[in-house]
Amino acid sequence: MKLDSKIPSGPLAEKWTRHKFNVKLVNPANKRKYEIIVVGTGLAGASAAASLAELGYNVKAFCFQDSPRRAHSIAAQGGINAAKNYQNDGDSVFRLFYDTIKGGDYRSREGNVYRLAEVSVNIIDQCVAQGVPFAREYGGLLANRSFGGAQVSRTFYARGQTGQQLLLGAYSALSRQVANGKVKLYPRTEMMDVVVVDGKARGIITRNLVTGAVESHSAHAVLLCTGGYGNVFFLSTNAMGSNVTAAWRAHKKGAFFSNPCYTQIHPTCIPVSGDHQSKLTLMSESLRNDGRVWVPKTKAIAEKLRKREIAPKGIKEEDRDYYLETKYPSFGNLVPRDVASRNAKYVCDEGRGVNETGEAVFLDFRDAILRDGEDAVRGKYGNLFDMYEKITGENPYKTPMMIYPAVHYTMGGLWVDYNLMTTVPGLYALGEANFSDHGANRLGASALMQGLADGYFVAPYTVGDYLAGLPYDKIPEDHPEFRKAEETVKSRIQQLLGIKGSKTVDHFHKKLGKIMWNHCGMARNAAGLTKAKEMIRTLKEEFWSDVKVLGTGEELNLSLEKAHRVADFLELGELMIDDALHRNESCGGHFRDEYQTPEGEALRDDENFAYVAAWEYLGEGKEEALHKEELVFENVKLTQRSYK
Amino acid sequence: MSWVSKTLNSTLGKKLLMALTGLFLILFLVVHLAGNLQLLLPDEGKSFNIYAETMASNPLIRAVSIFNFGFIALHAIYSAILTRHNKKSRPVGYAMTKGSANSTWSSRNMGILGSLILVFILIHLRGFWYEFKFGEIPYVTYEGVTYKNGYAVVSAAFENILYVIVYVVSMAVLAFHLSHGFSSAFQTLGINHKKYTPFIQKVGVGFAILVPALFALIPIIMFLQSS
Amino acid sequence: MNLTLKVWRQKNPSDKGGFKTYTISGISSDMSFLEMLDVLNEDLSDKGEDPIHFDHDCREGICGMCSLYINGQPHGPQQTTTCQLHMRSFSDGDTITIEPWRASAFPILKDLVVDRSSFDRIIQAGGYISVNTGGVPDANEIPIPKVISDESFDAATCIGCGACVAACKNASAMLFVSAKISQLALLPQGKVEKRERAEKMVAQMDAEGFGACTNTGACAAECPKEIKLSNIARMNREYFSASLSTENV
Repeated sequence: MKLDSKIPSGPLAEKWTRHKFNVKLVNPANKRKYEIIVVGTGLAGASAAASLAELGYNVKAFCFQDSPRRAHSIAAQGGINAAKNYQNDGDSVFRLFYDTIKGGDYRSREGNVYRLAEVSVNIIDQCVAQGVPFAREYGGLLANRSFGGAQVSRTFYARGQTGQQLLLGAYSALSRQVANGKVKLYPRTEMMDVVVVDGKARGIITRNLVTGAVESHSAHAVLLCTGGYGNVFFLSTNAMGSNVTAAWRAHKKGAFFSNPCYTQIHPTCIPVSGDHQSKLTLMSESLRNDGRVWVPKTKAIAEKLRKREIAPKGIKEEDRDYYLETKYPSFGNLVPRDVASRNAKYVCDEGRGVNETGEAVFLDFRDAILRDGEDAVRGKYGNLFDMYEKITGENPYKTPMMIYPAVHYTMGGLWVDYNLMTTVPGLYALGEANFSDHGANRLGASALMQGLADGYFVAPYTVGDYLAGLPYDKIPEDHPEFRKAEETVKSRIQQLLGIKGSKTVDHFHKKLGKIMWNHCGMARNAAGLTKAKEMIRTLKEEFWSDVKVLGTGEELNLSLEKAHRVADFLELGELMIDDALHRNESCGGHFRDEYQTPEGEALRDDENFAYVAAWEYLGEGKEEALHKEELVFENVKLTQRSYK
Repeated sequence: MSWVSKTLNSTLGKKLLMALTGLFLILFLVVHLAGNLQLLLPDEGKSFNIYAETMASNPLIRAVSIFNFGFIALHAIYSAILTRHNKKSRPVGYAMTKGSANSTWSSRNMGILGSLILVFILIHLRGFWYEFKFGEIPYVTYEGVTYKNGYAVVSAAFENILYVIVYVVSMAVLAFHLSHGFSSAFQTLGINHKKYTPFIQKVGVGFAILVPALFALIPIIMFLQSS
Repeated sequence: MNLTLKVWRQKNPSDKGGFKTYTISGISSDMSFLEMLDVLNEDLSDKGEDPIHFDHDCREGICGMCSLYINGQPHGPQQTTTCQLHMRSFSDGDTITIEPWRASAFPILKDLVVDRSSFDRIIQAGGYISVNTGGVPDANEIPIPKVISDESFDAATCIGCGACVAACKNASAMLFVSAKISQLALLPQGKVEKRERAEKMVAQMDAEGFGACTNTGACAAECPKEIKLSNIARMNREYFSASLSTENV
């Protein structure tokens, strides 16, 4: 199968405009004859469901949480990028496009990224109109800040809760359509499978998480807006419920999975405190605007710190190593996430880590407080400082914060074309669930932008284009394909409940997480990956013979829900390793020890790896087949990223 | 006028009635106190008796007093309706609650405080209002005009220590009721402002202490005078 | 530390339910409250007992999914969400009582899990600005004074957890509803339909069976996002002026 990305022809800046003109339209009176399923109600899902319903389609929206407002987009802190150039500092659509392509280490499509930058300006307008209270200047106009490696101030923010405010905006738009009768909500409902009839996605199978009922939902198109799969690492900044199940089931039904190894490790998280840890908490990257990252210059001082023999304050200026500022004079503490994370790992590997576990570096606000005053710092980061203090019991105004990288975002996901359609016709993937716009590394404040771009401004055009060629009649829900899919789901539930083994689901999840973090985390190598693959296979076998899932399938059953998700993570983990192993280069969120410059920077191999890896599922126990979508760069010159 | 009943039947509307009637009753307390304090003047009840007669004969005051009774009734009836509604909103309670962590005792017990006040009002009406109106009451003549000698009834009543205790305790109950009710009424009316609310709250506390204290002073002094 | 937990267990919505007592040892003060429950649940699962069901998701204090009425207070002794409550707030040997949110508008689904979809229906009744995607003015065309925008933001930070309802002796949802009404009524974009919004949202709140307000202030004192009581006053203003001025007779 040849992958067709369907990027429109023509000059970069006109592609999307032309495409919008060329897509087929559905007559307003006919829109109500189509049913669209949207799985997930985060930024991508809620915005898509609301926008499609506004157009007149009938939408069914599903989420596993108790309310659409709880989707994990809500936890995004820092901000959302848009090429508004309100600050007159030289920003433009092209610059945002260029920064995103470069930030993604030249592993994303020009056409998609340009469109993202282009619609970014509309997103801000839309959100303000919905009542999202973005930060403002005293004159009443919107405020911006520079964020995560950008040299212009293009980030719009709402204190440290931008994701929350944007999601509540999308949720309110969705709620309005629920009230209008155009969206039917299915909270506490998990998608268990995609139903493909005659090669087209025609519905899904769900499990009602309260009653356990397995149900069929037929539709004309299915949109998966189900987020990323960072929880394959067990510990991540993702919500406890974030999972890959929907995307993985789609993958097994024919949707290719792309670049699964690209994992973003966020540099500013609160370090792990012990084995009981259930998740990691991110501290917004915006903290790096004013905080200075450092560790002691020598191992000896670091050891004293770890034993709590000295306080960080007592360390003299000349004994501090502001390693990011020294190594990257022009970007300093604002280098992209992967660079910041890897350098934290290096200094800790050298034995210069600053907490008991040796896996933490300082993020120090001493100088910012001296320069701007404590009140100014509180104004910008107050809620983040409070959060830090609540979790660690330490006051960051008095003593430097400690941070360490943690898994945060997964750039990989279901392969989609320019229309956001997967390799299964009628099946779309939006937001973090797809692979499309961030290449090998996502820039700060770009996830919110992509989720909303896909949902508000892309899918409403491209889904219509597909539907226009489809007959109105729905496949009945008692169609054999639905029946068959339902049976598969039910038998899997019975299988999980029937194992009655000796180890809990979390036991397996934690083990998988450790394997992934140690061998497929911040730095990978062929030997480790090969070993990890074996370990996962063994773990998977052990899971299916020894997992203990209590309770029944006909009730609210958290361990059963988790068992489904972990079973899928086990399969995904193996594919991530295959992908990491085959990509013999380092780029963005994929760093192979074997491929680095003499200075220890990622060494790309554009000649052999400037492609999107798209994996095809071939059946239980079979190796997946690799398909390559070559990346064509006509508007940017591929350079080695340098933040010196 | 369905919109009126719709508004007043909403939880907000019911609270509005509570606040408005409450505020009227607060005003009434001031007027009532001003009259009653005349009991303490060293004129053997002359000012008080004249004042009582004037109040009873003025048609405007009589009308207001009918409203007053109506408002007391409304305030009580609506509090009963609201209490029932609120109980229904949480049919199964908590095994353990720690209300002191988040609110004042009086704010959580307005219903009990109010019920005690209602009982007091009934005792008070039976003891004085009913006696003045329908009881056998001595008369007194000032400058050729004959007045009902209410003062005599009151001073006789407050010779009884039990009666005095009932009054003093009831005024303490009223104080707690007012300590929440005064500022709460403003909040319900939507009056909450950084500049004014702290002032309203202070006035509320002052009012809740001063007015019941002065009311309570009357039986105490009259009791002491009698013995 | 070692602890005794008294936990509400209820198999399903129709089950009567009751408290069960568990003892747990080896709890570190660095654990979050939910991580302590995770440990207990692993213990229970090992013993073949059904783990305690409770709602939680982001564990960062923002999604609003976690609940739990701990020792007589929603989200426990700190003014934060349960997931951000750490065991350093307790001492060795403590007995901790854990109950679900109690309100007729929040029916219990299982153990400590309640159904808060009533909140969603209140938002659906009017907690939005009626704009469609596209066709909106440039974001900077509507200047909004910073103080107004900030006040609106303060109200907008509500996470919809329901602690206000749980804390209120009347199980009233006034703080939740007023936060949304305030957020939108303060902004010029939201002013357009503020009257209808107030009427509809209050009507839905009442229809869901939430209690009335006694102005005890417990909701604001327990709100993990510190939503202020002044929002309730604003809602009252908005509602009364709406019922006087709209043409809905």
